[in-house]
Amino acid sequence: MEEPGPSLVHRHAAWVRLTHWLNTVAFLALLVSGIAILLALPRLFWGETGANGAPAALDLPLPVKLEQTGWGRSLHFLAAWVLVLNGIVYLIVAFVGGHFARDLVPDRDQLAPGHLAREIADHARLKPARGREALRYNALQKFAYLVVLFVLFPLMVLTGLTMSPGVTAAYPELFALFGGRQSARTLHFLVACLLVLFLVVHVAQVFVGGAGNLMRSMITGRFRVPPETARTFAEPPDA
Amino acid sequence: MRDLSRRRLLTGSGSLIGAGFLGGCDAPALSRLASPYDWSNGLTFAVQRWLQRHQPLVREFGPEAISAVFPTINTTNPDNPDYQRSKALGFSDWKLPVTGLVTRPGAFSLADLKAMPARTQITLHACEQGWSAIGGWTGVPLAHLLTQVGLRPEARYIVVRSVDGWWDSYDLFDALHPQTLLAYGMNGGALPVAHGAPVRLRVERQLGYKSLKYISAIEAVERVDGLGKGRGSMVAELGFPWYAGI
Repeated sequence: MEEPGPSLVHRHAAWVRLTHWLNTVAFLALLVSGIAILLALPRLFWGETGANGAPAALDLPLPVKLEQTGWGRSLHFLAAWVLVLNGIVYLIVAFVGGHFARDLVPDRDQLAPGHLAREIADHARLKPARGREALRYNALQKFAYLVVLFVLFPLMVLTGLTMSPGVTAAYPELFALFGGRQSARTLHFLVACLLVLFLVVHVAQVFVGGAGNLMRSMITGRFRVPPETARTFAEPPDA
Repeated sequence: MRDLSRRRLLTGSGSLIGAGFLGGCDAPALSRLASPYDWSNGLTFAVQRWLQRHQPLVREFGPEAISAVFPTINTTNPDNPDYQRSKALGFSDWKLPVTGLVTRPGAFSLADLKAMPARTQITLHACEQGWSAIGGWTGVPLAHLLTQVGLRPEARYIVVRSVDGWWDSYDLFDALHPQTLLAYGMNGGALPVAHGAPVRLRVERQLGYKSLKYISAIEAVERVDGLGKGRGSMVAELGFPWYAGI
């Protein structure tokens, strides 16, 4: 256990931690229930229509299970409401409170080609940030978060709503946006795959950066700043 | 607004228009909030009713859009002996009783329904299993039939029963919608047995399981909590929500 000291800082605000974990629970529930729903028809189509017996754009190598859609849908829509309402709260607080401008928009120095090249090299060598750099997200991390927040999650919600006969009765424009109900279903699946890819990298990076320290910072908010490399500062090892 | 005024003409009663929307708190989607699922389904119901407050019509397609493949699931040929006998007679002896909170209860033959004003609509059918298909449906709007029998003011729900034992209920918001049909024709011909002959329901703003096949009886009621397990439909007892606008 680290002793409290100057190297232990308050890294994440309580509302960030709370919305992060609520989102985690909702996302995992959506993933599991989404797979249950998909297994009723593990085939993907383009356009308005698609069914067994009709040509598919993609046949997924998955078993067919017709009995899972009842609980699957109930859990999917409950988790979707949690994700959407939690996401709305997050977006409002993040904009109003300055979290976006301060923490998620890349800083000017991070966009310099030399800096980006060094970040890419550090990522390739699985070398985590240390010292002052560990107190802000790196540029690649910020790009990833912004894409998830403003591209992937909105696409998931909109393609999901395009599959709702109740919503599209009021907003048939959704069909035009995605090229039909089955196209929306296919895009819903593909974007879900991208989110799973993000999740895998996200969790892997937690291990690269120090799982104990990063998990604690996301649960209690307290983060131990990894000291700068010994080459730069001849610090004694941690007590 | 066009649709609303149209419905006003159909029902001939302004008070009915609010009934389905404003008085919806005893709807099965809102009356029973026991589990988190009930809450999320209730929220979905309330939000979608608000989104549909102007009673939009769903998209209708041209005949060229009709799907070559339109799956048939669950019952595709009821083994009920009365049904089979009626089928052998081309449903000429088939009668649809319309009872409950109506001033002129009656039983309507297929010929009676066909003599009423018909509507044809080519729409997208979305199944809870994930598939979707476009089909053309011809029939009499349920609202017209209910006007014929004279819906009483206290009627709030329409209970529809099927010969295969399925039953479901619809509030007036959906039951009186212009695209809610008692369909006896499909894709220009008679409704095939596998698709619910002689008459099936079309409820276009919800998933396919609300569009009951093999209609055998219609009843207007004030409440549905006394039917079955009190969840408003047979499938709700199997874990599928009463409101399926998803």
